[in-house]
Amino acid sequence: MIRRETVKLTDICGSGHYGSAFSMAELIASLYYEFLHVDPKQPRWADRDRFTMGKGHAAIGLYPVLADLGFFTWDELYTYTRLGSPFGDHPDMRKVKGADFSSGSIGHNLSVSVGMALGLRAKGSPARVVCMMGDGEQAEGQVWEAAMSAAHYGLDSLVGIVDINKVGSDGQVSDSMNNEPLDDKWRAFGWEVLRLDGHDYNAIGDALDRALNGGRGRPTVLLADTIAGKGVSFMEGTWQWHLGFLGPTDRDRALAEIEGASI
Amino acid sequence: MSNVYSVPRNPSVDMTDSTVVDGFDQRSWDMVGSLNLSLQLPTGAVLIELAEQGRDEIVVCTADLGRPTQVINFGKRYPHRYFNFGIAERNMIGAAAGLATTGFVPFVSNYSFFLALMGAENIRNDIAYPNLKVRLIGTHSGLAMGFYGTSHHCNEDIGLLRAIAGLTVMAPCDANAIRSALAATLDHDGPIYFRVGRGREPVVYDSPPDFRIGGSNRLREGTDATVFAIGNLVKASLEAHDILAKEGIGLGVVDMYSIRPIDEAAILAAAGTQRVVFSAEEHNITSGFGSAVAEVLTRHGAATRLVRIGVPDQYSVLGPPTHLYRHYGLDGEGVARTVREALRGPSASGGT
Repeated sequence: MIRRETVKLTDICGSGHYGSAFSMAELIASLYYEFLHVDPKQPRWADRDRFTMGKGHAAIGLYPVLADLGFFTWDELYTYTRLGSPFGDHPDMRKVKGADFSSGSIGHNLSVSVGMALGLRAKGSPARVVCMMGDGEQAEGQVWEAAMSAAHYGLDSLVGIVDINKVGSDGQVSDSMNNEPLDDKWRAFGWEVLRLDGHDYNAIGDALDRALNGGRGRPTVLLADTIAGKGVSFMEGTWQWHLGFLGPTDRDRALAEIEGASI
Repeated sequence: MSNVYSVPRNPSVDMTDSTVVDGFDQRSWDMVGSLNLSLQLPTGAVLIELAEQGRDEIVVCTADLGRPTQVINFGKRYPHRYFNFGIAERNMIGAAAGLATTGFVPFVSNYSFFLALMGAENIRNDIAYPNLKVRLIGTHSGLAMGFYGTSHHCNEDIGLLRAIAGLTVMAPCDANAIRSALAATLDHDGPIYFRVGRGREPVVYDSPPDFRIGGSNRLREGTDATVFAIGNLVKASLEAHDILAKEGIGLGVVDMYSIRPIDEAAILAAAGTQRVVFSAEEHNITSGFGSAVAEVLTRHGAATRLVRIGVPDQYSVLGPPTHLYRHYGLDGEGVARTVREALRGPSASGGT
């Protein structure tokens, strides 16, 4: 569903971050359908779990889930990127119900999530905070400022996810700026580290269950190895489909592959 | 002979923390002694008072500058509402945004040159764009850090932040003004940047003045010209008023503490009757408060000439702050000189 709708939204807009949305599809689905405590009828419910998008450019993969859960209607979503629409390439918390924070500038949202977790803890709320980051985002120094502060404050209600799809605007992340070994880096910054296959529902479920029900006195990061463009054979593993557009024939070809799968 | 320990005691500083005790040289001082001199930066004390009045939403964020920016006492009093992020300003700004989403009102207290200049993009995207109720207090602005040099000067914050939609920019000029500013704007439902000094500013107000977003305080009347001033230039302009009064020149002085939004009526009132008005600021004259005054005058087609007093569009030379103020004509004599020359005619004017 996420991938299908991403293709549809791209069709409306004429441009889309396919690769980044497809790589995190199972992670987003697992979070919203199995773990996060949210209420579409009360999008500002004080004790809801928070989800922030460090990789805001993949919002096109988040919106369909929020629509499916009932935060807004499909018709509203299909105004995507049209003049005056609430739904742009990057999420706007003041316009999109269910979006817990605005993003677009890479590297900001783990810091915001640290503040959310501090505030929620100070208020005695049971709410948890999940921040979805990209692997290219790990090059931002602010991510590590945030990582250090989360460990300093013992924020075990905070969960980071790094969608390691290995590509960015300029090609392979490892060519632009190598960030591995990420396990060692996050561990050294005081986080519990879980490395997993980001397309394996069982692995995701186990990791989120452990991370979100922690109480171990420190934050947890899921390092999810994924495939950019997962689900469409000619996109998989390519940097070229980080951003792009499909004409009608190619769109149908992609949709046929996607419909054959479960998401 | 006086030293930093014999000037008026700063009630916000715990002098028992000082390591300079009996037996030290009369001229010795440490960090604690230095802070004792910052009498005009009462942020922590004001926030404690507000918290004691039941404002449980107040929290404080800093980046390893809780002592120099005088909020450390809030942290001692309310340790669970005080967050030090170490030397990581951008993370601090983002975390303040996150705290604001949970219902707190974070007061971010940090040096202006790091908070506003380094943090401009974070302020825009994480605080102003989502319209969060965060208070940013940029201290040690302008040339307050003197011989520390350009990295520690802040002559660009007004220009940068004035361009960020939804962000209110204000400049309370002394302790009583800060006292009014923080309390009077507490319920404003949006972000505010307060541009303040190091705490060693001359006193303008004997008691907390009237303070409101979009307001100003007319401090002196004068029929020949008016100077619209912010920060240290308010006191300098008051001194210029006295100097020029002896020469028969009437200089009106207005404390324009609200830079954005700006008190257009106050500017236009003077522009309607005087052929020259002045802006005065401890900031680059390009893009700063004077530019904001110029925008008002041009928008309304005022025929009045504006002379901008401020730091020239270049990096400052080194020196103690008071020497720099004299060097750049930002003290009472300097403002008086600029006014005197401008009134003589456009060709004799030093600024434009």
